[in-house]
Amino acid sequence: MLKISVEKIDELFKAIAEKQTLYIPTDREDGASEYKKYEDGMKLSGNLNTLRSAKDFFFPQTENLADFKMEGKKIEVIDIREEAEDFVVFGVRACDARSFTILDKVFLSDPVDSYYKNRRDHGTIVTMACTKPAETCFCQTFGIDPTEPEGDVACWSDGESIFFKANTEKGQAFVDSVSGLLEDGDTTKLDETKAKTKEIMGKLPLANLSTEAFGGDKLMEHFKSEKWAELSESCLGCGTCTFVCPTCQCYDIKDFNTGNGIKRFRCWDSCMYSDFTKMAHGNIRNSQLERFRQRFMHKLVYFPSNNNGEFGCVGCGRCMSKCPISMNIVKVMKALEVK
Amino acid sequence: MNAIDTLIPHIGVVTDIRQDTPDVKTFRVNAIQPDGTASGKVFEHMPGQCAMLSIPGVGEGMFSITSSPTNNEFMEFSIKKCGCLTSWLHAMEVGQQITIRGPYGNNFPVETELKGKDLLFIAGGIGLAPLRSVINYVRDNRENYGDVQIIYGSRSKDDLVDYQEIINEWEADPNIQVNLTIDREQEGWDGHVGFVPNYVKELNPSLSKTVLICGPPIMIKFTLAGLKELGFTETQVYTTMELRMKCAVGKCGRCNIGDKYVCKDGPVFRFDQLDELPDEY
Amino acid sequence: MQEAMISKAKQLLADGTVTRVIGWKKGEFAYDITPAIFESSEEIDRDFVYDDFTSTNVSKYLVKESKKEGKILAFLKPCDTYSLNQLTKEHRVDRDNIYVVGIPSDGKLDIEKIKAKGITGITGVERDGETLKISTVYGDETMSVADVMSNKCISCKSKKHVTYDELIGEDGEVITSDRFDMVEKLENMTSEERYNFWRGELSKCIRCNACRNVCPACTCENCVFNNPDSGVENKAAADSFEENMFHIIRAFHVAGRCTDCGECSRVCPQNIPLHLLNRKFIKDINSLYGEYQAGADTTTKAPLNDYTTEDCEASIVHERGVE
Repeated sequence: MLKISVEKIDELFKAIAEKQTLYIPTDREDGASEYKKYEDGMKLSGNLNTLRSAKDFFFPQTENLADFKMEGKKIEVIDIREEAEDFVVFGVRACDARSFTILDKVFLSDPVDSYYKNRRDHGTIVTMACTKPAETCFCQTFGIDPTEPEGDVACWSDGESIFFKANTEKGQAFVDSVSGLLEDGDTTKLDETKAKTKEIMGKLPLANLSTEAFGGDKLMEHFKSEKWAELSESCLGCGTCTFVCPTCQCYDIKDFNTGNGIKRFRCWDSCMYSDFTKMAHGNIRNSQLERFRQRFMHKLVYFPSNNNGEFGCVGCGRCMSKCPISMNIVKVMKALEVK
Repeated sequence: MNAIDTLIPHIGVVTDIRQDTPDVKTFRVNAIQPDGTASGKVFEHMPGQCAMLSIPGVGEGMFSITSSPTNNEFMEFSIKKCGCLTSWLHAMEVGQQITIRGPYGNNFPVETELKGKDLLFIAGGIGLAPLRSVINYVRDNRENYGDVQIIYGSRSKDDLVDYQEIINEWEADPNIQVNLTIDREQEGWDGHVGFVPNYVKELNPSLSKTVLICGPPIMIKFTLAGLKELGFTETQVYTTMELRMKCAVGKCGRCNIGDKYVCKDGPVFRFDQLDELPDEY
Repeated sequence: MQEAMISKAKQLLADGTVTRVIGWKKGEFAYDITPAIFESSEEIDRDFVYDDFTSTNVSKYLVKESKKEGKILAFLKPCDTYSLNQLTKEHRVDRDNIYVVGIPSDGKLDIEKIKAKGITGITGVERDGETLKISTVYGDETMSVADVMSNKCISCKSKKHVTYDELIGEDGEVITSDRFDMVEKLENMTSEERYNFWRGELSKCIRCNACRNVCPACTCENCVFNNPDSGVENKAAADSFEENMFHIIRAFHVAGRCTDCGECSRVCPQNIPLHLLNRKFIKDINSLYGEYQAGADTTTKAPLNDYTTEDCEASIVHERGVE
């Protein structure tokens, strides 16, 4: 398998960054990590995962959809779309890599969202296998193997070297472009690392979490559950879970008058917000219970119903660490699966 | 980039504005031709489908296309003034351009399930708007359908949308039975007085009819209950829904009823389909 | 302490003093505690917890809960009682419908600080005096409690309960803290340094609204940032300065009412030290109008709501802003 020594990783980053924009997870001052555009000297984060998910690369928090010029009674639509530049995202974890498959089902289904597709077409995803999963990890619940991540290129580290395997044509092009820095290497130690990670996976507290009780056929059963009241009683109605979630993709469209024309934006929205479904003549989800239920029903029932059983969660655990009141999808699943 | 994206709208021009009731106006929209003239339609649609209309900087909203697809000259939208965008639309003048995208959603199954059937339209207030498209489509293809009856009610005579068309064209049409009602007695009104649900029961329509119903939720609720008492089944009754929408193509995630998106899987639903879904509407 | 609280809760439920109890509920792990309402002894026995991670201030929930039928028992830590007093003063809660049992707090821990030490796969946390024993799937770890104390507890301003119907344990005293140190540091920066500090912090904001929604001082029925007619209701940032306005406006709105409970910074998913904005206001109010602690009682008029001839002149405020 092709590999590069861990010490030489900076050389690799430099080589990639010379050709296209490279993003890597790097540590901030507060210890959390986030994806940043690579610059010389930047260090790859040792954290398990970034605070924000990698969905921003394809579905940014805010983006300009179109501009409008208004003159008297006339309106001119200005298509501001431009072909994206090629870019590489390095170090994506298996959970986030799977989230792209889920986002694809929304944005690439007919009618295709050209904004998303544009970035998707130009982005190369280089994943990195996990070696130190956290207690909040439950990707295995959704059939994700963190030691065998998806992505255009998958990478593994055995502590000494980083190994590369191309999964797609785009990935192969990437590997070819840096092949001068790679050498063939023995995977004995890597196989041991993988085995050790898998052993840990089995010991994680959420290792046995199951999706068996969920899916499209359980719609009314779960919708009518009496557990929602208790589960949602202390929900603050903030958007933290939604915004750190790699698969949450509900959006709002807003116009701003710049004084020199109108800019139409798309931005993340949250079904947890009270105005999410508010209309001029009323709101169909007036209570936090209804809004809370919508979020989890979407991931555990509605999404699989519309997408051949695929759940709208990848088990990254971000909502578990970030919810201000520590309510999350795992607690919801555990409560609902008990009859 | 030249990929088509449904989120980038077309421009239409408002060529006629009719004050239908004190709070409903009907807007005629034409496409702008390459030579700058306004004529024809921005796109084709089927009865029951919707379009996203917008005034950039004010807002964008989903509206039922009120005109029939058989009208080749223009599209019409009957819009009630109730929020920010609709207030703006009500204040605009002929010649104003608007953005328009669509058509969105499914349609009343005029070419499939409804074909050959006896039809009963029941509408309340602005609820006539989406049904008007179907009614005129049926009138223009009259040979394809059986009996046609329209039961329409509003708060007052002045609140009957498209009143002129109703009395001049629909009531004059010997092949259509029109039953109008208003909520309270009013000077100059010698027609029926009373709420729609009760009127439907009084009229006791034949069970052979397939029902298309649209109006305020409370009217729909009681009318449906009344129809069931008369012996109608839920598979015989269609309605059209409206929830908050942003994208209109099932992606922005807010107009769902259970696993169905009103913008994409609706807005037209049969009541037996709604029965299988949460009552979050 | 947990045992004493459980038996107190059960007793007050049983004798009919209260119909519900607000406290904290156990989670999946050792630290993911959720505020919860208990209605029976069985529920309390099963889930009630009070430990090193029960840091949530439950006072704000009382806005809604105190308006419901039947009295509710609230276990409040000293800092939480300031929030409740402030809410009482603002007529946001029905104090008569709340039975407050004051409970001591010797400081809560911040799980993020534990994780920041590279500790993961946590299966248990046990406190033994000043030492913390943490079991993980990768082996056991120990650390000093002081190292992972939550920020809001490090700068604790009071061990005293300012409102209660009953206390468990001895009441403490208002204590002198170093809570204004960082504010002073910021004041001593040049305006450019300070601007860069806040741009750096606030640009991390994802506008999740957790700070606002958790804040006991933010109880508006319809927040200006949710009101489409306000002109500032923005989920989309039209420019990169957008999020600054949100936090600055919010800080202004809670000025003189913020008790410095620290919840805003605790819940921020991006670890923005939002409490520093509020502390700057508190420090300024103290120096301009005399020492004032919001929530210390329910009667004293707040300096910003009380106009006296002794108030500092507008020009003084103006001059202070000029470097």
